[in-house]
Amino acid sequence: MLKNRIIPCLDVKNGRVVKGINFVDLKDAGDPVEQAKIYSDGGADEICFLDITASNENRDTIYEVVEKTSKKCFVPLTVGGGVRSVDDINKLLNCGADKVSINTAAVQNAKVVEDSSRKFGSQCIVVAIDAKRKDDGWEIFTHGGRNPTGINALEFASKMEKCGAGELLVTSMDKDGTQSGYDIELMQKISSMVNIPVIASGGVGTLDHLVDGIKSGASAVLAASIFHYGTYSVNEAKQYLASKDIPVRI
Amino acid sequence: MDVTIVDYKSGNISSVINSFKEVAKDKVNIEVTSDLNKIKSSDKVVLPGQGSFKSCIDGLNSINGLIDTLSEFTLYTKKPLLGICVGLQMFADVGYEEVETKGLGWISGKVSKIDNQNGKYKLPHIGWNQINIVKESKIFKDIENNSHMYFVHSYEFIPNDNSVTAATTDYSSNIVCAVEKENIFGTQFHPEKSDKTGLKIIDNFINL
Repeated sequence: MLKNRIIPCLDVKNGRVVKGINFVDLKDAGDPVEQAKIYSDGGADEICFLDITASNENRDTIYEVVEKTSKKCFVPLTVGGGVRSVDDINKLLNCGADKVSINTAAVQNAKVVEDSSRKFGSQCIVVAIDAKRKDDGWEIFTHGGRNPTGINALEFASKMEKCGAGELLVTSMDKDGTQSGYDIELMQKISSMVNIPVIASGGVGTLDHLVDGIKSGASAVLAASIFHYGTYSVNEAKQYLASKDIPVRI
Repeated sequence: MDVTIVDYKSGNISSVINSFKEVAKDKVNIEVTSDLNKIKSSDKVVLPGQGSFKSCIDGLNSINGLIDTLSEFTLYTKKPLLGICVGLQMFADVGYEEVETKGLGWISGKVSKIDNQNGKYKLPHIGWNQINIVKESKIFKDIENNSHMYFVHSYEFIPNDNSVTAATTDYSSNIVCAVEKENIFGTQFHPEKSDKTGLKIIDNFINL
């Protein structure tokens, strides 16, 4: 039976982890490779790096991070943030990323999704959707949630599936950072509408939130803070899900 | 010993290279090449494959003499070869992804889209699923039945002769996820991304 995935996400800036796990025995708390290794040894089903490097001159730092991590972690590695073109995707894959997540570029030019999924296979193309409630629906935002687009999130999700996305990483901007749980209605709507896996993101504060995320129809749940601050380990999260009869890999 | 990972510019093989190098350490030489002479002289060959069945076959065909060299290595000199994901699928006679495409024909069978039962099952089949080992295979030495492996695919290999099936996984139906026919081995899942159990399978192959 296919298991639901738990995906810890690490924010990486200029090649360093920000908001990393605060373990005393860490040699270097800012080292993404070491942090990723802790997660994979702890049972993470996948690792996600979100590159939040702002300046262009430091953009290449992520390639080195990915290259080093992929030599130490033997679980799938997804990398997103600042991915603009098929060429960027190619570079990340060559460095050892298994999947690349595309946000702004997918909205601006759906052809990037079409071309890259044809070239590298849908399995490595994740479209990241940042959605915020508006009227009785959701609007998508680009540039790390800064720019509104006027595009309906459900319509966009459906379009991305047709363009060849292998998965959708859906983040609720209303919930992100609140620790009050996923936007369940958003996850339900998108998961039931598309036939590709959905990764729920944004708002996890407790282990019950992970349970709710899976029950909403998402195939995987992504979380950052609860793991970063050591509130729970990945293993504790999996044990909890298993105790609620949710199939996970233990 | 020389193990060659065939580099035919189709898909992303960094993870395969990293995992084999991790397991091989300094004991075994891992080559990544499409050089026909190097393939011929190596002891074992790994055939990775990502993207579509057609794009992988096209990739093999784009290198003059590569398919003949691989077929000779596998069918005549009978040295061990491991196909991963689409690398396994290409063993078939024919694949139906994008358009009907002729496969290598090393193991009789076809590659078709997984039946998603009218949307009941999401495709691609992505994530960790358990394998049901149905026959003893050398690459499953010290691998427990029901171990978790990492999958990502929408198409499945359906062999004509079930005796080649080494393991299946349950997703919509019992999907063939590992084959062994004499010196030919294949996994639909990605051992290079399946953590310690996956690395053990790679170790088993290297130590055949």
